[in-house]
Amino acid sequence: MSLLEVKNLKVEFETADGVVNAVNNVNFSIEEGKILAIVGESGSGKSQTVFAMTGLLDHNGSATGSVKFEGEEILNISNQKLNQIRAEKIAMIFQDPMTSLNPYVRVSDQMTEVLVHHHGASKSDALKQSINMLDAVRIPDASNRIRMYPHEFSGGMRQRVMIAMSLLCKPKLLIADEPTTALDVTVQAQIMKLLADLQKDFGMSIILITHDLGVVAGNSDDMLVMYGGEIMEIGKTENIYSAPTHPYTQGLMSAVPRLDDSEERLITIPGNPPNMMKSPEGCPFSPRCKFAVDKCNSDSPALLKIGNSDHFRSCHVDKEKIL
Amino acid sequence: MINYIIKRIGVAIPTLLILIAVTFYLMHAAPGGPFTSERPLPPQVLANIEAKYGLDQPIWRQMINYLWGILTEFDFGPSYKYHDRTVNEIISHGFPITLKYGFWSFIVAIGVGIPLGAIAAIRKNTWIDYLAVGVSIGAQVLPNFVMAPLLIIVFTLWLDWLPGGGWNGGEWQYLVMPVIALSTSYMASIARITRSSMLEVLNTNYIRTAKSKGLPTKVIFFRHVLKPSLLPVISYLGPAFVGLITGSVLIDIYFSTGGMGYFFVNAAFNRDYSVMMGITIVVGALTILFSLIADLLYAWIDPKIRY
Repeated sequence: MSLLEVKNLKVEFETADGVVNAVNNVNFSIEEGKILAIVGESGSGKSQTVFAMTGLLDHNGSATGSVKFEGEEILNISNQKLNQIRAEKIAMIFQDPMTSLNPYVRVSDQMTEVLVHHHGASKSDALKQSINMLDAVRIPDASNRIRMYPHEFSGGMRQRVMIAMSLLCKPKLLIADEPTTALDVTVQAQIMKLLADLQKDFGMSIILITHDLGVVAGNSDDMLVMYGGEIMEIGKTENIYSAPTHPYTQGLMSAVPRLDDSEERLITIPGNPPNMMKSPEGCPFSPRCKFAVDKCNSDSPALLKIGNSDHFRSCHVDKEKIL
Repeated sequence: MINYIIKRIGVAIPTLLILIAVTFYLMHAAPGGPFTSERPLPPQVLANIEAKYGLDQPIWRQMINYLWGILTEFDFGPSYKYHDRTVNEIISHGFPITLKYGFWSFIVAIGVGIPLGAIAAIRKNTWIDYLAVGVSIGAQVLPNFVMAPLLIIVFTLWLDWLPGGGWNGGEWQYLVMPVIALSTSYMASIARITRSSMLEVLNTNYIRTAKSKGLPTKVIFFRHVLKPSLLPVISYLGPAFVGLITGSVLIDIYFSTGGMGYFFVNAAFNRDYSVMMGITIVVGALTILFSLIADLLYAWIDPKIRY
């Protein structure tokens, strides 16, 4: 049994201009102790996928399909039931550590409330555990710094606080929604190293959402490429890296700037992301795809296994033509 | 903190002095005087009276005398119109009345406005929200000079539940209508400010974090939502308090409560210089005091502000 199994997940938003299909028929699963990276550009639906799983969609959003955690359905269950899972079993950290911590509440209070609420810990006990956790994420002088307010920490330190806070209940699954996007590059590397170390220590699974392929490369077992709310390709990270079989994945890979490249212009994927208002007919990537054939504009390609591997792609064009 | 309070009080003194000087000068610059009437007094009589009150001296001299009286004897001078009463007596009679119904209006405006706005924000786009917004817009557009007579018609003439005016030592029956008439528009403003700021807070990333931590709604609301939502309300409360005191003019007129507002307006009409000055100084000092309290409250809520 997988730790988490997502089936036919769809997310829609009712807006004044019409219905936005943010996520379409997403299927994936994650095993215990693994790191799954979800990759895609802004608006590809990667964040909304995980928000739907944890019941954090905005009020105008709704999700259908199935999300099973440890074999139990958690999609669209009551808030009370979700609250028993949140932080306790599935914890989250977010993109912008500057705004994800409450600026008006001391770090100590923001951390201890998790333990007080979920484990019924006493205030002093919760404080002790929180300080230990800040030590674990390598915040120096934790016992004093815990009394400070978020604005008294730097960006990287705040993300460490967020991570410490999310791990207090030793969750089975950590969802990291672009945890390094708002940080500068050296801090990014530190945070990713920290997450990798903690993952080993705690034996948890991580869903790592990012648009940075550099972050994906060394830090994930599996990867899932999303575009226009749909899965383009999913498989072992090393396999996709060595041989991307989807035109979109290829485009993403070649758009990563290289130091050894003499070409001065950055390579981009031509065109713009799709308008999610109109339910895309055919493959959402087809208007930007240089391999597109007629069929791509009318029929939505199914996510199919490649040979005998656990590598899936959704594309009408033969793999050999792309490689 | 203590240093900051001392500094603010230090700034308050010159502010008050400027207020006094400007008011004093403007008052005297306006044509006419306390003893001008439709039937002019004989010039000799007028000169005698003005000499008695020191009005024949140059303005700067009058102002220094006036300030000297306040500083040495806390004497705000005699009223020019009520010959048997001093300004101190008028203020000590009228001010407690204004303060009492002003204070209760303040409590009602906050006590109803904040919960109303909060409920509207939490139940956004439901009938509760529409009702709350409707009520607050209605309360806002209904000026208190319309509200006051309406209340009297309904509660005194039709239902005969409440006395139509008077004060009677501030018994509750006499308080109800003045407080409703005075507080509604402030209540409405506070409700609207609370609603919009709370909607903003509810959409922030840190509330999403709080939800992702699996905290019960009650904890999220009282620990994470309420405090930041109240910041804009607090900055509104300083000016609102001053409005409650000066807005009491109409209340005093409609309900014959006998508060300071009544004396303030009459003093202006009658050129009762000393009463005008006295009330101006009291209101000015209160304004300064309340903006200081609002700033301190602000610092208490927002840890980024430290004095």
